[in-house]
This record gives sequence, C-alpha cells and structure tokens, in this order.
Amino acid sequence: MKTLINRRKFLQGGIAASAAATVSLAKKSQAAHFEGYPDSMGVLVDLSRCVGCRSCEAACNQEQNLPTPEKPFNDFSVFDEMHHGQKRRTDETAYTVVNRYDVPGMDHPLFRKIQCNHCQEPACLTSCFVNAYTKTPEGAVIYNADVCVGCRTCMVACPFYIPTFRYSSAFHPRIMKCIFCYDTRLSKGKPPACVEACPQEALTFGRRNDVLNMGRQRIRENPDKYEDHIYGEHEAGGTAWMYISPAPFDKVGMDTTVPKEPILNFVKDFLAIVPMVLTIWPALFTGIHLLATRKDKLEQSKKTEGEV
Amino acid sequence: MTINPKAVLAAAIVLLAGTLPTTGLALEQLDAPETVTIDAISKLYGPVEFSHKRHSQLARCKDCHHHTTGQQDMDPNCIRCHANSPEKMVVSCKDCHTKKMFYPEQVTATDNPNLYHIDKPGIKGAYHLNCIPCHVKKNAPSGCEGCHAMTDAGKKMFRTDVKGKAEGAKHHE
Ligand code: SF4
Ligand code: SF4
Repeated sequence: MKTLINRRKFLQGGIAASAAATVSLAKKSQAAHFEGYPDSMGVLVDLSRCVGCRSCEAACNQEQNLPTPEKPFNDFSVFDEMHHGQKRRTDETAYTVVNRYDVPGMDHPLFRKIQCNHCQEPACLTSCFVNAYTKTPEGAVIYNADVCVGCRTCMVACPFYIPTFRYSSAFHPRIMKCIFCYDTRLSKGKPPACVEACPQEALTFGRRNDVLNMGRQRIRENPDKYEDHIYGEHEAGGTAWMYISPAPFDKVGMDTTVPKEPILNFVKDFLAIVPMVLTIWPALFTGIHLLATRKDKLEQSKKTEGEV
Repeated sequence: MTINPKAVLAAAIVLLAGTLPTTGLALEQLDAPETVTIDAISKLYGPVEFSHKRHSQLARCKDCHHHTTGQQDMDPNCIRCHANSPEKMVVSCKDCHTKKMFYPEQVTATDNPNLYHIDKPGIKGAYHLNCIPCHVKKNAPSGCEGCHAMTDAGKKMFRTDVKGKAEGAKHHE
C-alpha cells in the first residue's frame, strides 16, 4: 500500500514537483487528483467488432480541429500505406489512426485504432520535468502547451509511441496527442467523439472498472472468439483504453513486451531512460534554452517557480 | 426509428405462422410492414429504407430479433434472466436498445443491482453488429454507403472535399 501511495504522489506531481516540492504540494494535489480515481473512465476496444470504417478518425479530426487530411476519411487506400516500413502512426495531424492487419489463418483482416491509451500512471507525465502533463480524475492524460519546453522526453518515454511533435513552429513547442476529448466532452460527462461516431460499438466507453468487467464477460462467454487477455488491464501499469482481440496481440501490431507495471515506477527507472534521452540531445539543448527563456517570462508574469 | 411495434409484431407472427400452430392471427398479416424507415440515428448518413418484407424472406425472425412473440429470448445476454420470462409484447429493436449511448445515464446504469445485462449495445451498435456480419456472409452490401447515403454533415466530417487517390475505394470483400 505504501508504494502505491508513493507512486500516486509521484504521479500527480510529476518528477519535478515530487522531487522539489515534496510533501506540501503532494498533499494538496492528492485531494484534487485522486478523489475521483476509482470512478475514472475508460474505453474497451473490441477488435472483433472494428470494420475499419475510419469514422473515429473523421470524428476526431472534426472535434479537435485538426488539419485537413491528405485523403478523405472514406478513402481506404490508407490501409496500404507504409511509412518507413511501418503502418500509419499518430502524428501532429492525427490523434488517432486505424490500421489493417492481415492475420495468418484468419479469413478476414482485423482493424485496430491507435490513440493515446491514457495510462493510469503515464510515463509521459512522470518523465516530463516541467510538469506539462496531468492525469485528470476522469482518466484523461492532458497536456499544457504553455509550460512545455519542447524537449520531447515524453515522446521517448511513452511505451506506445504516441506523443508527436508539431514541427511547424519552432518557437511554440507543442506536443500533439489524443486528450480523450477532455476539454469539450469528457469533462462534461460526454463520451469522446470517436466513441460516439463508431457504428459498431467497437469502442465501449464507461467507468474503467465497468468496461473491464464487460471485457472479461465477453471473453468468458465467447472463449473461442477472443484471446484470453485484456491488453491494457496491466500493461504499462494499466491504461484507460484497453483492448480485446480475436487474434494474438502481436499479430495486430501491439507490443506484447510492454512491462506490466508503470513504465517509470521509481526515479531510478527515470534515470534508466536517460541514455535514450541522450539520443535527442539537440532537442534537449533547445529545450533547456527555451526553459530558461520561459522562466524569465514566467517571472515577469509574477508566477512563482513552484507553479512551473 | 418510425417503426410500428404492432406492425413488427404482426410480421413476426406471420413468419411464425408457418411453424407454430396458430389461430386467429391471419388478420394481423395485413399489418406486416413492407418497409421500415430507420431514421432515429440518422446524422452522418441518411435514413435506411429497410425492406422488412425482403429480409423476412431471407432470414428467420430470430436471426435478427432476440425474441419475437411466441418465441423465447435467444440472446445469451438476455436469457440469463429472461429464460423463463413470459412472451414479450415488444419486438422492436428500440424497445430495448437506447438511442443515446455512453452518456452518464447509461454509464451509471451499471450501479443498478437489478440490472444484469451490463453490456447491452445501444441502437446504433445493435443494428450494425446485427446487419454487417450477415451482409458480409451473404455478399450483400457491407460498405457504409451500400445501405445509407452520406449526408452533408457526413461529407463534412469525412472531408470528402479532399481529393484522395482512390475515392470510394472498397475494402470490404
Ligand atoms: S500512452 Fe503514452 S502519451 Fe498516452 S498516457 Fe501513456 S505514456 Fe502518456
Ligand atoms: S469507427 Fe469503430 S468500426 Fe469504424 S474504424 Fe473506428 S473503431 Fe473501427
């Protein structure tokens, strides 16, 4: 139990806050962040139901005012696209993408939607040294561009390669990723736009505990139809978005080697990713420079350092 | 959905008439709907003019309806509680499956200890999950616009104004 509490303190503060500010800050935000935790929301993605219609992609683009896509959302040639030998990934123009997987031995392809999995204890959050990320009581992992310095550590830390960087503006660093429609929908009790658009109810939205139970029930009652595993129940310490599948998860492009505990459980784990950080030194330098500039800006606006 | 429950009921009875010993139901046959306009969830796609008559010639009632009058619940999700329930007076999809889905009312419905079916799809899911597998199996249209035309709202959301390489490409066999 003790570790759990520590982890949670760690979680809501992020590295910077928990290391520097410790007790008092932790106490305050503990109340703010974890009261609603047991009722946080989640989505169960049932890969046996997804037909690859891309309605979720279209709805996301509209809801989040994302840039005009290269192809319309009812163009299914995107499923044949390969980028550097890989299927499509989320980028600064798309918070979610659907890919097709031809599974050996299955007479029809499977489709899988990718987006931020909204980890219970997100590596992007714990790795961010300016505390730009927040896990909201509703379960969303949101991001504050105002404090982001563009160091891109979160991109390295995320086990699912989700955060992407908007390169269009070098001076206003901005990470682009799914925010669970937090501002416009989740915080108002509405399901995310993709969930509402899905004709197949391949995406079931509800309290994480409830949708987890639904996943268990579907597997229990259709043991021949599903793999006996809910991806995201424990992966990366548990995620708000979870998946059930008729095919082994590695056959639908999911990383089955993701650890079953939070990626950055303790500070020493954070240190372990430092070598990876080294590979993005140029970005880091820019980040440090920007951090310095930003600090000045913040001081001007009479903000205390503790809030950074 | 502008579907008359009585009419569906009658249609169900018509179909059952062949297999069950029935009397005095013949009149109801006249009430059987030829077509049903499914428009309750029409937003991105237009309403579906569903030929109930044609489908009732291609499939058995229970292939689409979990229960029809005179027939027990078939869906494993229903029979947990309704295995011995009396005949239902409702057969219309919308009588059980809600139009609104995943809003707080539905999300908190699981708090009701008397509600055992924790995983009941809404009406949109119910239609598509029911229709598509059969359409795929029988080589009937299974792309979105095979059943319903895209509305202007749909075109806007799907960004059909963007010039793609293979517009209207089919990916469903
Ligand atoms: S999936 Fe990646 S970006 Fe999303 S919360 Fe988890 S670590 Fe952060
Ligand atoms: S809207 Fe639903 S069925 Fe369509 S691609 Fe997205 S998840 Fe799959």
